[in-house]
Amino acid sequence: MQKAIKRVYMSIIFLFLYAPIIVLIVFSFNKSKSRGQWGGFTLDWYIDLFRDRQIREALYFTILIAVLSTLISTIVGTIAALGINNMTKIGRTVVLNMNNLPVLNPDIVTGVALMTLFISIRMELGFLTMLIAHIVFSIPYVILAVLPKLRQLNKHTAEAALDLGATPAYAMRKVIIPEIMPGIVSGALIAFTLSIDDFVISFFTAGTSATNLSILIYSMAKRGVKPTINALSTLMFLTVLILMLIINKKNDKGEDIII
Amino acid sequence: MNKNLIELKNLTKRYNGMTAVDSINLTIKENEFVTLLGPSGCGKTTTLRMIGGFEDPDDGEILFEGKLLNNVPAYKRNVNTVFQRYALFTHMNVYENVAFGLRIKKVSKSEIDRRVKRMLKMVDLEGFDKRYVDSLSGGQQQRVAIARALVNEPKVLLLDEPLGALDLKLRKEMQIELLDMQRSVGITFIYVTHDQEEALTMSDTIVVMNKGVIQQIGTPQDIYNEPTNRFVADFIGESNIIEGTMLEDFKVAFDGLLLDCVDKGFAPNEPVDIVIRPEDIRIVVNPDEGMIKGTVTSVVFKGVHYEMIIESDTREYLVQRTMMFPEGSVVGMNVQPADIQVMKRGDVLCSEEEEEE
Repeated sequence: MQKAIKRVYMSIIFLFLYAPIIVLIVFSFNKSKSRGQWGGFTLDWYIDLFRDRQIREALYFTILIAVLSTLISTIVGTIAALGINNMTKIGRTVVLNMNNLPVLNPDIVTGVALMTLFISIRMELGFLTMLIAHIVFSIPYVILAVLPKLRQLNKHTAEAALDLGATPAYAMRKVIIPEIMPGIVSGALIAFTLSIDDFVISFFTAGTSATNLSILIYSMAKRGVKPTINALSTLMFLTVLILMLIINKKNDKGEDIII
Repeated sequence: MNKNLIELKNLTKRYNGMTAVDSINLTIKENEFVTLLGPSGCGKTTTLRMIGGFEDPDDGEILFEGKLLNNVPAYKRNVNTVFQRYALFTHMNVYENVAFGLRIKKVSKSEIDRRVKRMLKMVDLEGFDKRYVDSLSGGQQQRVAIARALVNEPKVLLLDEPLGALDLKLRKEMQIELLDMQRSVGITFIYVTHDQEEALTMSDTIVVMNKGVIQQIGTPQDIYNEPTNRFVADFIGESNIIEGTMLEDFKVAFDGLLLDCVDKGFAPNEPVDIVIRPEDIRIVVNPDEGMIKGTVTSVVFKGVHYEMIIESDTREYLVQRTMMFPEGSVVGMNVQPADIQVMKRGDVLCSEEEEEE
């Protein structure tokens, strides 16, 4: 009996969580343009998607920004983590708290703040500002992903490499980076997911010249929801889902849990 | 006699105003097994790390084959280290770990293969080439660490508490194995440990350190039988340390007793510390036949012997004998003159637990 109640309770929770997405996915295959009724199965909306120049452009921006911001934030974040790891205990605590603050900060505050900053230094809002914004909000997550790996590392590992004749640069390249690679990959995956996922910060920093998918969906929805939006959202959801599965799969293998 | 390989001259290291190693002088010869022994925080690891090139001395010199080593970076020193908890490369398999140093030296592939295989055979890890180090037991990881260092054929191997993470039985086995390896490869080992038994088992020379200062340098027998001060006597094995007075050569007095001993060279009536090892006190059943009379107050069975505390009128003696005398029995105790070790009193540096590193 108790078991049954537990099951029902769980099912209700998951139903609430996933019902909207399931409806979205189902309606992305709906032949009828109406949101209320089922008009038969179709893939037309998906085909439409790829015919739409605006959407193709937004997709291109989204991926380009995701790739570039992932690359840059992973490099910067890893170097930062290496530095933080070598700090004294007090310094490390201070820097880590400063690092965690942007993670907890509401996106809208971050977005408005970045926009204000860009305007105040007379940077035109567009692709570059959006890219910078994505790099900025990704770095703390990369640091949080890499640091535990560094902490796990035997403190003499780098010395062992030097001891065997490796120059400091060789030791970094051939020993330290490979040893912490799982953390770096996790950090990169998180940065990529966050970049694709982000709407609020992008919205405030993109200006009019650059439009990514989330901004496009938002502006399309204002003009009334077309079924293509459902198809596009479904694809974005699947992309993020796959990335999350990869991250969790890595975590299952006994690597650090980040999200 | 073998020639000098490493010389430390007035070597000093300070951390935030604390002196970790205080102007030590030490000469290490070729093929010698030298152990730096002391409690944690005594400066033994810091000394080793300065020889390895991981700490810069604040003062003094390190000479290697007569050449100054101070400013040579770690990766250019002909010295290899087995680190505490091994510090193996977990993203590489056993073979690659051992081959790491050789690959840097651009040794040919076939030569690397030959030397790695030979080394793995020596440390009894044949067939483990492809295994990742995380899948190995502590003892096996330990062997990989030794192989990884020895394959480079260094002139000196530094070992920083290499057996500290192993359980007692494995530690004893590895002690013997390490000793065999040292004999067979014929290189100098500098070994750091806080385990006095380990030091006594393995070393040609023991360097006892405390608070950054060398207390005594000598063979295991010297250190055990002729400790130069209270700290060494106390740290190496168990001992009865008694304050007394050296009346003249070969005559020492304490607790109103006058005993013969084999020590000389003290000032008349100089205050001294006397060491008597627990196993050197013999017990006679008839109290009147002993030099010292006492009552057995505690008996503990230790396997090879009984450890008894025997209280005389003035002090307690720790005594180890294979024969048991029941608690409460009154007995006599005798000590041979050769078993009485007289030490200068000096200002005694006593052990204090301090954080190392």
